[in-house]
Amino acid sequence: MSSPLALDVADLSKKYGDRMAVSHANFEVPMGSICGFVGPNGSGKTTTIKMLLGLISPTTGSGHVLGESITQPEKYLPYVGAMIEGPAFYPALTGFQNLTVLAKLGGFSTDLIQGLLDLVGLGDRGDSKYKTYSLGMKQRLGIAAALLPNPKLLVLDEPTNGLDPAGIHEVRSLLRKLADAGTTVFVSSHLLSEIEMISDHLVMLRLGKVIFSGKTSDLLAKQQPVIVAVPEKVSDLDKLMQIAAAAGHKAIISDSAVHVTGTSDFSATLNRAAFDAGIVLASLTPVRASLEDTFFEMTGE
Amino acid sequence: MWNVIRAELTKLRRPSLALSTLLAVTFVTGLITSVLFLLVDSPSGNGERGVRIGRDVLSLASGASLSFSNSAGLLGIVALCIFAAQTAQEYTYGTLRNLLVRQPSRMKILIGKLAAMKLFAIVMVAVSGLVGIALSYLFAGIKDVSTTLWSTPEARSAVIRGFINVLIATIGYGIFGMILGLLFRSPISAISIGVIWNLIIEGLLSAFVTNIDRYFPGQLLSTVAVGGTDKISYQYALITSYSFLLGGLAVVAFLFKKRDVAN
Repeated sequence: MSSPLALDVADLSKKYGDRMAVSHANFEVPMGSICGFVGPNGSGKTTTIKMLLGLISPTTGSGHVLGESITQPEKYLPYVGAMIEGPAFYPALTGFQNLTVLAKLGGFSTDLIQGLLDLVGLGDRGDSKYKTYSLGMKQRLGIAAALLPNPKLLVLDEPTNGLDPAGIHEVRSLLRKLADAGTTVFVSSHLLSEIEMISDHLVMLRLGKVIFSGKTSDLLAKQQPVIVAVPEKVSDLDKLMQIAAAAGHKAIISDSAVHVTGTSDFSATLNRAAFDAGIVLASLTPVRASLEDTFFEMTGE
Repeated sequence: MWNVIRAELTKLRRPSLALSTLLAVTFVTGLITSVLFLLVDSPSGNGERGVRIGRDVLSLASGASLSFSNSAGLLGIVALCIFAAQTAQEYTYGTLRNLLVRQPSRMKILIGKLAAMKLFAIVMVAVSGLVGIALSYLFAGIKDVSTTLWSTPEARSAVIRGFINVLIATIGYGIFGMILGLLFRSPISAISIGVIWNLIIEGLLSAFVTNIDRYFPGQLLSTVAVGGTDKISYQYALITSYSFLLGGLAVVAFLFKKRDVAN
């Protein structure tokens, strides 16, 4: 039996004039997963998110969020937390007051606010005006606002923008914790290494079209692993490449190293062959294809 | 709906906005009241467009609330600025998308916003009334204006009538500001166009084109505030001005409901 879906999009399109911002998008996101939503700038990520949240009407197609049609956002938005296109708050209000506005609007208890500020690391800055916040603090406030409804689905658009490495690590841990507690997280980011680390599902967009939708592991498994061999002497690069090619493996020279397509099993064979040919290897590293490599290969960016 | 009003009031009662507005209201009412009483003997006049309002008029039962009624135009400009800014800033700050995620019914957002701003306008007009009446007593003593009739039941009725009329006018100006805010989606554009229209364009055209003030919302709202004039009846001013405003509001509400939230 398939797991219930948090998001289910079928043939969803948005057209502005002659330009298709999103073209016949189809994807599903299972409940309880962390789904990365990636694509180059202008690929239609934010437009898609806005259609899912009822902010933009689709030109054609349909979508369901938490089982409810996107034509009736009032049915599912009470269970959805979102930060779209970065944080947006009233500069003259404090962080606490900004969350108070949203809590009152959504009918949530304002007693939750201090706890959320503590959770995102703004516990001691809740009384400061939003206009005095750094970009990272604004981002944290945006995440706190998204968590106000104790959401079943959390939609975050570039949540780690402006955060320092420690902040990024905290957000990553927080998202993992939320997913473990059953919250579905739909997160767009241009930091593909971050997405790779946290997401178990992936939706990839290019020029408004979905070019991949499914498990992250399935996508990465499609990519052939690479062994990076660095000879002690640069003059041995060509010879080493020929050895790999003679063994039936694709090899290229890049950055003073030979990149050989093949699994780690081939490492020992290559090492032995290089040694027999009088080449000393300074290092021999099997490298799994990263999401970034895959992304660039698929998007052609 | 109540949730929207509560959320809006959180924004409206922040000290920087609430105090500066009440200071502006106090200043405007104080200015009009002092001109009305302290220039009572001035040959240049002490009323709007050089009209002379003598001690005999100021001594009537309506005298205590006269300055307050005459302040309506400027109170209205203050309301126009606040309503326009509070509406348009949701676009410039990008906060509209947050509001709509928490309350997807756009009509509830709009009506709740309007209701909260009306409550704010009630406070503004009440403060203006108190300041106007208090200063009227003070300046009446200085300029030998009789206040005997100001404490009669008729005077109390005049104050209540004045309060209601000024409130209707102030809210009308506010709705005008809200329409501009929704239309231009920028506080600066909405406020500048609203103020220029009301203070300059309407005023100039009314001075030079006969009877054109019968069709201008700002001029009609000023007429509502003073309970009607010899030229334009209260009823006509009220119905015509609010027909314009509610028609305009219906159009922008439709646009607000249908438009994509792009920013």
